[in-house]
Amino acid sequence: MKRTLDDDPVATLAAPVAEPANPAAPRLMTLNMGPQHPSTHGVLRIMLELDGETIRKAVPDIGFLHTGIEKECEQKTWQQVVTLTDRVDYLANLSNNLVYALAVEKLLQLEIPPRAQWMRVMLTELARINSHLVWLGTHALDIGAMSMFFYCFREREDILRLFEMFSGQRMMTSYIRVGGLALEPPRGWQKMVGKFIGAFPSKVDQYEDLLDSNPIWKRRTQGVGFISLEDMLDLGVTGPMLRGAGLKWDVRKSEPYSSYEKFNFEIPTRPENDVYARYQVRLAEMRESAKIVVQALEGMPEGAWHADAPHVVLPDREKMKTQMEALIYHFKIVTEGFRVPAGEVYQAVESPRGEIAYYIVSDGTSKPYRVHMRTPSFGNLQALGVLLKDTLIADSIAALGSMDFVLGDTDR
Amino acid sequence: MNQPAILETHEAFGETTLIADPARILDLCRYLKHEEKFIRLSGVTAVDWHPAEPRFEVVYHLHSLERNLRLRVKCRLSGTNFEIDSVYPVWRSADWCEREVFDMFGIQFRDHPNLQRILMPVDWEGHPLRKDYPVHGHKYSYPQE
Repeated sequence: MKRTLDDDPVATLAAPVAEPANPAAPRLMTLNMGPQHPSTHGVLRIMLELDGETIRKAVPDIGFLHTGIEKECEQKTWQQVVTLTDRVDYLANLSNNLVYALAVEKLLQLEIPPRAQWMRVMLTELARINSHLVWLGTHALDIGAMSMFFYCFREREDILRLFEMFSGQRMMTSYIRVGGLALEPPRGWQKMVGKFIGAFPSKVDQYEDLLDSNPIWKRRTQGVGFISLEDMLDLGVTGPMLRGAGLKWDVRKSEPYSSYEKFNFEIPTRPENDVYARYQVRLAEMRESAKIVVQALEGMPEGAWHADAPHVVLPDREKMKTQMEALIYHFKIVTEGFRVPAGEVYQAVESPRGEIAYYIVSDGTSKPYRVHMRTPSFGNLQALGVLLKDTLIADSIAALGSMDFVLGDTDR
Repeated sequence: MNQPAILETHEAFGETTLIADPARILDLCRYLKHEEKFIRLSGVTAVDWHPAEPRFEVVYHLHSLERNLRLRVKCRLSGTNFEIDSVYPVWRSADWCEREVFDMFGIQFRDHPNLQRILMPVDWEGHPLRKDYPVHGHKYSYPQE
């Protein structure tokens, strides 16, 4: 659809461009930033009202990446929806897979075996590292530290190879399914994951050395992008933004899911509440995630990688060829899907960007009645107007990047 | 005013749901935020039960960090005029959430500061997440016809 400036409520923000009554009064300029601006990391449009170099008002305009995923979910069977959840937050697809699977399993009251739970934890933590690496690389690139990008993407490539080894896909993994995992973990995964995670903490030290010994990086990030904790909580901000303001809240600790309570890790916080603090929190989170992956690797329980629920989980290939029941279940699951008892659940997990929560309503059929995705980027981006108010336009890029939003996650 | 704001309470899967009177949602939310410490509004959404009556349920998910507790508040809207008070005065995070519900379901939020479409283009017709809205075959799908 065509959008004209005349219908656009945001464009007329600073409509009175006429001469101010008092000639000494500042004359405001309206500047359109985005939706193709490279530093907005996607298609975000911001209308800025400028007084010289200072932003007096910033109004984000979202929706350019709206793909109707919530509507689409109502047309798919329960298991098919997993592939859509990948595409919501395309940098943390495993977190999205996980929250959906957990919510549906709560409705089905399925018991997930420990091996599958630990594997889910390990993979979502690798996804967290992956997402933070993309954030660090692009954020540093925005501020002008170009070489970070290459280092971060070098490690990210290793993680994507691991994902490919597990699921056959680098990004849209759909590996965590309702009832367990999509496939049996591949042979030799311990060695590959161990090799990566053994070397990773020293890489984080490298990033830290590279950036922290750079005075420009510090000048561009320290004391920039302040927003009070009260404002953030009121506006729905979650995740590393809050932890960068000293709030020790992480859904993995406060409402443990998928046996997170069995892992030993810290919630890193910083009191400074600026771009630099958020950077330090995310670096520390990468180290904590690496610790969790190591623990998962060392203590991985033996056993099944999917629930003992033949009406939900596809049978093994071998059983299908030898057992009548397995063949019947396979046919039923593939043709009409499984039914989920009527009810409603709300499940929250900690994604790399903050609290991601799915509200799922079932009416007892083989398709979801309603899937609502409370995504962290949507909540975080809402605070952008407050974050950018009265900052310099050059700082806006650093402040914007420190939020770490994904527009696919915002617009769904 | 003597009518209670909470009509029913449910408990399922360890989650508490309150069914509230839509006329008194603002009072209830103020009480929950200030007295019961639900300082976060995690999200606002709606469910369309078309063609059943009451048609819409507006769903609020509240979260208390202090008590580590979540709460769901639901309001049922029936008739043809779907209107409810905005909870923006209580939590500012309701701003975009309510705009999204308005955009997707066509529910009006009284006294919302800027009730515009947020995800769909401003001149879009219809509300996509309503159950009587088609998945395929909308007029914009085939611009030549």
